[in-house]
Order: sequence, then C-alpha cells, then structure tokens
Amino acid sequence: MINTTKIEYHEYDVLVVGAGGAGLNAAQVASQYVKTAVISEVYPTRSHTISAQGGISASLGNHEEDNWHWHMYDTVKGSDYLCDQDAAEYLCRKAPEMIIELEHIGLPFNRTPEGKIAQRPFGGHTAEYGKRPVKRACYVADRTGHAMLQTLFEKAVAQGTQFYNEFLAIELIRNGDRVCGVLCLDLQNGEVHMFHAKAIIFATGGNCRIFATTSNAHINTGDGLALALRAGFSWCDPEFFQFHPTGIYGHGNLITEGVRGEGGILLNSEGERFMERYAPTIKDLAPRDIVSRSMVKEVLAGKGVGANKDHVLLKIDHIGKEAIMEKLPGIHELALVFAGVDCTKEPIPVMPTAHYQMGGIPTNYLGEVIKGYGSDAETVYPGFYAAGECAANSVHGANRLGTNSLLDLVVYGRTVGELAAKFAKENQAAELPENAGQEGLKLLEKFANANGKNTYGPVYSRLTKLMEQKAGVYRTEEHMSAACKELEEIADLLNDFKVVDKSSVYNLDLVEALELNNMVLIARCAAKSALMRKESRGGHAREDYPERDDVNYMKHTNVTIADGGKTINLEYRPVRTKPLTVEPFPPKPRVY
Amino acid sequence: MSKFINVKILRYDPDKDKAPHFQSYKVELRRPGMLLLTVLNQIKWELDPTLSFRRSCREGVCGSDGMNVNGVNMLSCMTKVEDLGSDITIKPLPGMPVIRDLVVDISSFINKFITVKPYIIRHSPMPDGELYQSPEDRKKLDGLYECILCGCCSSSCPSYWVDKDYLGPNAFLRAWRYLIDSRDEGADERLAILNDKHGVWRCHTIYNCVEACPKELNPTKAIVGIRKMLMDKQI
Ligand SMILES: Cc1cc2nc3c(=O)[nH]c(=O)nc-3n(C[C@H](O)[C@H](O)[C@H](O)COP(=O)(O)OP(=O)(O)OC[C@H]3O[C@@H](n4cnc5c(N)ncnc54)[C@H](O)[C@@H]3O)c2cc1C
Ligand code: SF4
Ligand code: SF4
Ligand code: FES
Repeated sequence: MINTTKIEYHEYDVLVVGAGGAGLNAAQVASQYVKTAVISEVYPTRSHTISAQGGISASLGNHEEDNWHWHMYDTVKGSDYLCDQDAAEYLCRKAPEMIIELEHIGLPFNRTPEGKIAQRPFGGHTAEYGKRPVKRACYVADRTGHAMLQTLFEKAVAQGTQFYNEFLAIELIRNGDRVCGVLCLDLQNGEVHMFHAKAIIFATGGNCRIFATTSNAHINTGDGLALALRAGFSWCDPEFFQFHPTGIYGHGNLITEGVRGEGGILLNSEGERFMERYAPTIKDLAPRDIVSRSMVKEVLAGKGVGANKDHVLLKIDHIGKEAIMEKLPGIHELALVFAGVDCTKEPIPVMPTAHYQMGGIPTNYLGEVIKGYGSDAETVYPGFYAAGECAANSVHGANRLGTNSLLDLVVYGRTVGELAAKFAKENQAAELPENAGQEGLKLLEKFANANGKNTYGPVYSRLTKLMEQKAGVYRTEEHMSAACKELEEIADLLNDFKVVDKSSVYNLDLVEALELNNMVLIARCAAKSALMRKESRGGHAREDYPERDDVNYMKHTNVTIADGGKTINLEYRPVRTKPLTVEPFPPKPRVY
Repeated sequence: MSKFINVKILRYDPDKDKAPHFQSYKVELRRPGMLLLTVLNQIKWELDPTLSFRRSCREGVCGSDGMNVNGVNMLSCMTKVEDLGSDITIKPLPGMPVIRDLVVDISSFINKFITVKPYIIRHSPMPDGELYQSPEDRKKLDGLYECILCGCCSSSCPSYWVDKDYLGPNAFLRAWRYLIDSRDEGADERLAILNDKHGVWRCHTIYNCVEACPKELNPTKAIVGIRKMLMDKQI
C-alpha cells in the first residue's frame, strides 16, 4: 500500500523536472552555479531523446555556404508562420555555438574528410530562402539523440548534478505567481517526496502516446502539461501535432527523415516518385506536414501498396549497402526487426505516425513561462521555466522542421539553466503554502485505492484509437465534435476505475493510471482546440477548411482549465511576429 | 492465425512475497513477427495488471528492458517471440538485486559506469571553434558509443556476480570509449581507476558479456585494449 501520510522534504536552488536533452542541458549548466536536482520518471539515459535519429541543425556551413538567416527563414516558413519570430531568430543564431559546445563536451559527431562536423540535408532546410536543399543537419550516424543524451548525462554527472531517478512528479505547487515545489512519488518504494526550490524548470517532453500509431516512447504521456494546467498555467497550441511521414507500417516506429536526406525516395503502387508532383523543388525533402498529407492523398487515390493498399514505400537500397551501414545502421536494424525488411535490398513499408507536439507551456523567447492569455499575455511568471518538447517558445509554430527539436533542447536547455541559476542566486524560494501537496496526494489516493470497474488496457486502447481515427492527419468538424463528446465519456470511465496492483513497490499499474488520467486531459484539450481552429495550418489539416486563414487564425491557441479540469477555457494570443534584430518574414503561401 | 504460447515469469513483490515464485500465462499470438515486449504488455493490459517491468523506447535504444529469457539476457522489445519457441521463461537480469518482478536495482551498475569518469577530460585549452577529429579517429569510437546501458553484459558476467566491487564490462567499454577519443586527455586518471583488483585484471575473458550484448558490442576488446594501454604505460 502506498503511504500518503509521510512526506520527505528536499530543498534545492534549481529543480529540473525531466532528464531528456532539455532537462539535462539545463541541469548541467545550472549545476555549475547552484545546487541543482533533476527528477525523472526513468533513468536519465532512458528519456525519449535517446530515440532521436537523424540530426541536429546549425548553419555551420561545413560543406557548402549557409547562414543562420536562411535557417531562420526555413524555420518560420516551416512553422506555417505560427512560430514566434523572436524565438526563431534566437534559436538559429545560437545554433552554431551550441553545436561546438556539444562537440567540446564529447559528442561523437560524424566527420568530414578534413575532420569537421559532417552535415546532411533534412526536410525543409534550404539555401538562399528556399532555392535548394542545404546540408545543415549535424549527425552521429542515425543515433544523434542517443549520443547527445548520454553525453549530456555524463556532463551533468561530471558537474555534480543530483539525480532522483524513477521519481514521478504528480503535482506542481504554486504560491501566488511563484512556483515553489513539486510533489513526487518514488517508484521504487512508494514513498512521497516534496521538492522545495527557488526556481523550477519543466522539461517533461512530449505527449504523442495519446495516438495509437506513434513513434513515441511509453513515457510520453504529457505529464508536465497536465501538471502545469492543474496548477493554473497555460498550454499553447494544443491542436498542433506532427505526423511524421515515415513511421514503419503497422508499428509506428520512426524511420528518420535522414533516410531521405541521404537520397531515399517515396514510391506509390505505380512505382512513381509522387513527391515530385506535390513539391517540385525539394520533392521528398519537403516539410513533414506536406509529405504526410501527400502520402494520405496517394492512398485515398487508390495508389497505396500492400494487400489493403493502405501505405507507401520508402526506397533507400540504391545508395548502396556500404553507405546504409555507415550512415543509417540503426534504421537497418529497425526495418529488419519491425517490418522484416532488409533495406539494403527492399523498400520499407511506411505510413505517417504521431511524432511530436509543437505546442507546450507558453514562454517568451528566453524560455521564461508566460501567462499566455488576456491583455497581459506576455507577462512572465518569475522563476518558472520550460524547455524542450513540453515548451512553446514557440520556435516550431504549426509544424516543426526535422532536427530543430534537438537544437531547441540544447539552446533552450542552456538558456533556462543559466536564467534559473541566476534567479536562484538573487531570490529566496517562495514558501510552500499550508497543505501544499494535498491535491497531488488526493490524486494518488484516488488511483491507489481505485476499486471500480475500468482497467487501464481497454481505456487506453479506446482513447488512442479515437484520437487516431478522429483527430489524425486530416480532421473535420463532424469527426472532431464526435471526438470531443466521446472523450468526455472516456473521462467518466476514470471515475469508475480499478488499479488492480496495490503494491507500494514499482507499481506500474498505478503509474499508468496516473499517466492515463493526464492523457485524457491532454486529449480533451487538444481535440477542443482542433475543433475551434477553422483553418488548415502546418500539422493541423481540416478537410472542411483546407486553406490557411491568416486574417482570423494567425494566433496561438491558449488553453487553461477550471473546476479540476471539468472546464476547458480557450483563448488566443497574438503571434510575436517581430524578430529580435532583423526584419520579420511576413506570411506567404507555402510552396516548396 | 491465433496461436497460444506459455510464458512463465519469475514474480516477486516484497510487499507480500517471502520469496520469488513463477507464474504462468497463456498468451495469444496475434500477428507474425510479434515482439516479446508486446507479449508483456498484453499480459499487463489484458491478463494481469500487477506484472511489473521496465520499458520506454520500445525500439532497442533506451536499455530499459534487459531481462533473462530462456536463460539468455536480452531486450524484450527487440526479440521476436517466434525465435523463442512456445514455452518462454522470463527472469529478471541475474546478478542484480531484484526490486520487483522483472525490475532490478541498477544503481550500482550506473555508479560503476560513473566511476570510470565517462566524459572528456582536457588539460590543454579548447579551441574557440570546432575541435577537429579525423574520420579515422572518429571511426575508433564506433562499436563503443552505441552502448545503451541495458546491463545485459555485466549481468551475465561471473566475475560481476562474485565481486560486488568489480567494475564490469559495461564500465570498461565506456572507459575505453573515452580513452581512445582523440579529443581526450584523461588517460592517466582513468587508467589509475581501471588498474585495480576490481578493475580490468579481474576479467577472465570468458566472453559471456560479448554474447549477451544486444547491440553486438564487444566489451572484451575494450578490456584487452585497456590492459595493453596499462602495460605500455607500465603503470
Ligand atoms: C524516434 C524519434 C526520432 C527523432 N529524431 C529527431 C531528430 O533527428 N532530430 C530532432 O531534432 N528531433 C528528433 N526527434 C524529436 C526529439 O527527439 C524530441 O522532441 C526531444 O528529444 C524531446 O526532448 P525533451 O528533453 O523535451 O524530452 P524527453 O527526452 O522526452 O524527456 C522527458 C523527460 O521528462 C521526464 N518526465 C516526464 N514526465 C515526468 C513525470 N511525471 N515525472 C518525472 N519525470 C517526468 C522523463 O522521465 C524524461 O526524463 C525525434 C523523436 C522521435 C520520437
Ligand atoms: S569477458 Fe570479462 S567482463 Fe566479460 S563476462 Fe567474462 S569476466 Fe566478465
Ligand atoms: S555493452 Fe551492450 S550489453 Fe552492455 S550495457 Fe552496453 S549495450 Fe548493454
Ligand atoms: S524499451 Fe527501450 S530498449 Fe527496449
């Protein structure tokens, strides 16, 4: 039985929730200045960043001319003009120095013959404002995230960061406009801990587990967003998910865009390289939203392959076995295990897979969490930061470019690490309010003692299938309204729930129940936001509103909740179209 | 094409069990090429929610789900059930304390990894720009940096079982990854740690670790390399 009567207290200057690339970079930086702890529901090197394959972008220009302004243009255009351009400028300008920093701390990048960091092309990254693909993605074979996460973990260890591994955060504690603590469950023994801190950084990653077909790890359940919402903070742009074109058919595991960067092409049942029709200039290297929709269109036109004509093929064998084994060895292994295909000889069956959430906890261009709604929407909450996939600074807007996420993690990880350390040096911690943690304990008790009817498996399966069928690559009013309605029914199932496992030790049944509770809230917010956005932009494609509508919708959605999540409030916030130093990129039709 | 297999799992919940015991499940195979992790999820979500195990990436890169299956250490997420036959016995990784069911305590394993200073150590200053590395020097890191910290190697090592302070194959592999990185200058500090009775000399080169590694890495090559480096330096 979980014991909720005893709480162990800890004090830190900076508390980082999440040990992915963003959290670890923030922590290793903050640890250089102040007492810093990281809590993570898994061992740090098991965070989802480990799965990132293809690369991390920076305009190093190691093979051909490149500059940060072209990178910024691509990022803004790729975002379908929903990104905040101050943040996009900050990201792209900082990129080269961040890559060099990673290289100095040991990241084993692949090299050019002269010994410089090697780079490859990636979707939507171009030279001279869209003229031709450019080699901008720095990479470690197809294990870039793996190498990056381990290197950052090792750096944090060298820096003396304190780790609390297999601690699940269940409540974010707030005192007025300050955040002051996080309540956690120690999975290994069922004990409850309260972390009291001067500054708090959220780096809890993504939420694409709410879709049945996904490239995401089991732990990507949107916990950080749910905790922030329950504490009265906002979620920006919940309707924007990235469906990555090349998920392994039937499984959803990712085949990196780096495959197309190295020369791979997509083929339909007629053996046609159909992307030539949809994006004549950069073809298979068009941004992901465009490629995914093109694939679905091919299938709907009867040009899918396989017994059910429901997927397409990704061909890479023509670059030769040697190149594949040197640059894409991980892909070779995945295709073999999951699709039973030797990609040095045969094409890989693929279909879009839910991959990335573009939105997140809203921040300014420095990663400081902002209010997100009302006339003072840009107001900062002092001492509260968000970075990585759980944050919306927003460099990704409506569609993220490949390799810009890993970049986002390190640039914003470093920035918030520095700011949080500075804040902690100059400020006292806000006091924990009386009864701090009661909400989290209530939630914990509710599920630990749940003896009703519904168990995790069937509810999870129903939720994820619903999201896939009704809120996937293409959306309509009819489907979204039905989804919203059914999601309320699913939310009700949680009130008659059963957690069968009653153990206090590594109770995965309880963890999954708490995560499911978060996923249902996340899905409800996402579906409602998608229903209300009556246009198509980036990852959000409405069949009934196929055009982008800059007059009415060039703005961020902002969600907050009330009555413990029963009510979802939607408001909007203007996009920050003014960059830091350069001229804005005004919205234009997105042709590639 | 439904077919059933028998899966026997060593269960242990310190809250209620005095000792570990086996529990059997009859599991339906629903698609060709089904993976062992899918079987475990199916047990958990449909048959017995009390089963505990670790998993995250479900594609062989995070190292969460090392376990002992029919006597061999492996990752459940990269193992096809059809390669295992219709009677499968699953136990937690040997040589590590069991926390619950298939979940073992890896804190000592991680501490040993940290002991060998797994990071770049430099005495000379870094350049402002890139620190160049030739493709040949970079190639030396292949077969080393890919380790996913799953513990399958150390958990299969007889020396690791008997000597609780033995650093083990994983730590040696990581030490070697930095020892031969052209950018690193920390060889002396690291070799001093490895040159110990709980260090590389304890290994009997029985190759269990090589057999066990799901990423086909070769810790013994690292051990041989470290020994040679120690002898060359006459430490
Ligand atoms: C297969 C794949 C390939 C990719 N390839 C690329 C690529 O090539 N280039 C690129 O730029 N991007 C890529 N991405 C995207 C990128 O990897 C992710 O967006 C990024 O790694 C997210 O990092 P993060 O630090 O924000 O979060 P994560 O790495 O997901 O880490 C989240 C952390 O939060 C912790 N956490 C979450 N909830 C809780 C809780 N309740 N309590 C305690 N801790 C919690 C977790 O334990 C974890 O440590 C890829 C993604 C996938 C799925
Ligand atoms: S070769 Fe050495 S490290 Fe590997 S299993 Fe044998 S004794 Fe252990
Ligand atoms: S060397 Fe192989 S078996 Fe050992 S921890 Fe690394 S990946 Fe796992
Ligand atoms: S779940 Fe990540 S290695 Fe198997």
